[in-house]
Amino acid sequence: MKNGVARFWREIPERYNFMANKCESCDKVFFPPRESCPYCRRKSIGKMKEIKLRGKGEVVTYTIIHVGPEDFEEQTPYPMAIIKLEEGPHVTAQIVDCPLDQVKIGMIVESTFRKIQQDGHTGAIYYGYKFRKSNQNTH
Amino acid sequence: MRDVAVIGVGLTKFGELWDKSFRQLIAEAGSKAILDANIEGKDIDALYVGSMSSGRFIDQEHIGALVAEVSGFSHLHIPATRIEGACASGGLAVREGYLAIASGMNDIVVVGGIEKMNDVGGGAATDILATASDQEWEAFFGATFPAIYAMIATRHMHDYGTTKEQLAQVAVKNHANGALNPYAQYQSPISLETVLKSTTVAYPLGLMDCSPVSDGAASIILCAADKAKNYTDKPVKIIGSGQASDTLSLHGRRDICTLDATVYAAKMAYKQANLTSKDINFAEVHDCFTIAEICAIEDLGFVKKGEGGKAIDQKITTLDGSLPINTSGGLKAKGHPVGATGVAQIIELTAQLRGEAGKRQIKDAKIGLAHNVGGSGASCVVHIMEAM
Repeated sequence: MKNGVARFWREIPERYNFMANKCESCDKVFFPPRESCPYCRRKSIGKMKEIKLRGKGEVVTYTIIHVGPEDFEEQTPYPMAIIKLEEGPHVTAQIVDCPLDQVKIGMIVESTFRKIQQDGHTGAIYYGYKFRKSNQNTH
Repeated sequence: MRDVAVIGVGLTKFGELWDKSFRQLIAEAGSKAILDANIEGKDIDALYVGSMSSGRFIDQEHIGALVAEVSGFSHLHIPATRIEGACASGGLAVREGYLAIASGMNDIVVVGGIEKMNDVGGGAATDILATASDQEWEAFFGATFPAIYAMIATRHMHDYGTTKEQLAQVAVKNHANGALNPYAQYQSPISLETVLKSTTVAYPLGLMDCSPVSDGAASIILCAADKAKNYTDKPVKIIGSGQASDTLSLHGRRDICTLDATVYAAKMAYKQANLTSKDINFAEVHDCFTIAEICAIEDLGFVKKGEGGKAIDQKITTLDGSLPINTSGGLKAKGHPVGATGVAQIIELTAQLRGEAGKRQIKDAKIGLAHNVGGSGASCVVHIMEAM
């Protein structure tokens, strides 16, 4: 990617620290945070409270990518999954530190802060969350 | 609302068309459609063209006016508008043309669809297609477009016992149909073994589970139904049109294995046509990946959720089955020049309903359905057609 850096630092609170928000009208949690709750609408205005997600969840589905985007070619093959976080939101992220044949639906995972991609050899490095198998059986 | 009919169609061959430019392709499809409809430039009230990403594929935006220009309409100053909804761009352009006539505003509208995908390298094409997914929350983390459909497949296999063999059979069927279509990118049958042994792109999907990168254009002429017989003996009526949206990201959806946009668009189209899924004789569905056809026949109501794989085993959807699906070869074998696809589906329905589908003509084709999806299900448009 050859993009302006602002596009990436703007999302740092979400991608580095899992900052989300919660509608205090219906208690639903949104990641990334929303201006208002799509279910409570005007009732939620001024009631969207910032929260930090724990980064723990469960694999809902996954794939092993063998043919990657140009910026990810050297990482292939790598597992990609949809994770249902404890607080409710779902995210798409890579699974790391796990043999490819051990990635499974229902696997309990936790987030880890990693390098995601880089603008060539001299460009900006973009960080964010990936997930790894959790040692805890319950969460 | 007025009734609307298709009075002319024009298609280019789909494929890797190195010797043809974007401009040549759309002009060829458009002029074939105009000749087929027996209309002249002065009869045309408006033009809509569907294209996903001309800006990134050929570095050219503003293609509404460009398509009017290369079609020879600049001096007629026809209103010309480009419609974009990723891989559903063509179907959405059809719907805009339909609405322009149904509303009473226009009598005759040209609808085009085009993508020229081979003027960039394969890697670039993959990256451009990924813009149909959520760039900030899917693609940023390394998800490709095949990977997103692969995640639907993994969950479908987990929940319903769908097998890789069933996925592969979709490709086998669609290549068998494509072999009978002179416009198809791939016109040779393939074996189950070939599909199963193809290079893994994103587990569980192999290369032969994926639709190809294609060049091609398609065009139809829409007309107020009460005037259609002035131009053709075989008009085909659009009796239902539905469109729906959902989250760009797969992870934001209610259910991983259901494209709710398909469910809602179909509901809208069935209601307007006063029909149910049981009344449909054949359909062109959006098989950008083999799993997508399985989800489509479930979400359109042809089979129960989870039984799409079984329907493949039972040969329900083959050319001589009780509900032929993708008689054209589908996106898989006919090719998938994304902006052209939704328009080309209408052309296949028209060919079948006119009885002009040649070797792939199905018997008793009375009512057909076209299903065009954008992204992994963020946009969907459904049309139902009947011979007049």
